Amino acid sequence: MPTIKIVENNGTVHEVSGEVGQSVMQAATFAGVPGISADCGGACACATCHGYVDEAWVGAFQPVSESEDQMLEIVPERRSSSRLTCQLVLSADMDGLMVQLPASQF
Amino acid sequence: MTIESVVIVGAGHGGVQVAISLRQEGFNGRIVLLNDERGLPYQRPPLSKAYLLGKIGETAMLFRPQSFYDEQRIEHLHDRASHIDRRNQRVMLVSGGAIDYDHLVIATGARNRPLGVPGAELGGVYGIKTKADADALSIRVKQARDVVVVGAGFIGLEFAAVAAAEGANVEVLELGDRPMARAVSSQMSALFADAHRSWGVSFNFGTGIVALEGEDGAVQRVITSDGRRLLADLVVYGIGVVPNVELAQEAGLDTENGVRVNAELLTADPSISALGDVAAFPCVQNGGALTRLESVQNAVDQGKTIAARLVGKPAPYAALPWFWTDQGNLKLQIAGLSVGADHFVTLGDLPARQTSVLCYRGDELIAVESCNRPGDHIYARKILARPPALTRAIASAPDFDLKAWEAASRA
Repeated sequence: MPTIKIVENNGTVHEVSGEVGQSVMQAATFAGVPGISADCGGACACATCHGYVDEAWVGAFQPVSESEDQMLEIVPERRSSSRLTCQLVLSADMDGLMVQLPASQF
Repeated sequence: MTIESVVIVGAGHGGVQVAISLRQEGFNGRIVLLNDERGLPYQRPPLSKAYLLGKIGETAMLFRPQSFYDEQRIEHLHDRASHIDRRNQRVMLVSGGAIDYDHLVIATGARNRPLGVPGAELGGVYGIKTKADADALSIRVKQARDVVVVGAGFIGLEFAAVAAAEGANVEVLELGDRPMARAVSSQMSALFADAHRSWGVSFNFGTGIVALEGEDGAVQRVITSDGRRLLADLVVYGIGVVPNVELAQEAGLDTENGVRVNAELLTADPSISALGDVAAFPCVQNGGALTRLESVQNAVDQGKTIAARLVGKPAPYAALPWFWTDQGNLKLQIAGLSVGADHFVTLGDLPARQTSVLCYRGDELIAVESCNRPGDHIYARKILARPPALTRAIASAPDFDLKAWEAASRA
């Protein structure tokens, strides 16, 4: 049960308990963290679950796939740390993972 | 009048979104979410995709866990509305109770159109609507030898691809002359028909189902409209849906092809809204015609619009429709509505099945279908959401000023 930090754009930090195998998107939305829309429910079809992965953790995840990369082209403020959080799968050793949310998903 | 209680009838994508968005918008009143299925509300797309394939579990399909409803004070009740007492603003429940509302949201969705032929009640015949359907099918699809799919729409084809991948013989019966005829261009239909055939799926166009035959209560054969008997130990049908308008109809609301709402998704009763698969709304992308869209995006975006109105931020609903379907290794994404398209431009690599079809009505781009080209899809959504391009109609108006139009269109 990794405990991860989701940081809203306004600085509010949410400590969220995730499940192994769950996506960061789902851990965050299940916990009611605002700032993730996830309109397609995690199907990599909407690009509204955008987040910035803290530098220290970028390598912990499977690299950006071709389709995720293409979907990320539409997010309002793309950075090198941008990921679609529905594609980030939690594992047991991700305690302390930090993901920052953008100002808007639209 | 301040709204202090919202009752939502139906806990699908639309109903759940209203509840979530109301709290996000700062609504502090009572929210009741009526769910006629046991268990927590869950998403539908995975039933014919990831969940059916066993790629995700039950929990991953939920919109939210119980703790979310508790913390957000959303009363999630397992019950069904039996009657709306509009005069007293009260919903009567099948359990015998009643709930008062300041505002009611009808989010009852749609049910599968039944096969309606002899033998349809035999074992081994399924629609794909509920988790129970998907649970049964995820087991049966691995065991089935001869699968017959009735309907070459999105649901039927998603299942056909899964069944073929499991090694079954798959025969698809379709009344029309091509797959997904209601919703995609003939170019994209052809790509998908081709792909399915390469996976081992056989199509029977212009063919319907006349009856099912079985032994010991289980299906064994399907009789087609051209008199053939196809072996079938598993039958899945996806022949469209029927909007669940009965509650609204009985309450005296207008329900032709869905519960009728205005541009703000309000019915003729100022205390009742409707959305999603059940609602017929004036659709901007369809020339303002009353339209009923069956998609997650429509339900979700309409849910947000209704919630915003209920907290005092009314706006006409004009979101661009978009849709996706996963069949085999192909992801088809559609932006816009291609109703009435008469010209098409194809981009990309057709043999590699990475292609987009731009659909035009006259010289107006109205939709883009993308197969395994999510980049095209995502840019299409931006392009289509902008004000319409300079059409022939606009440019031929008297006193048309090109420079003024360009400046105005950038605003």
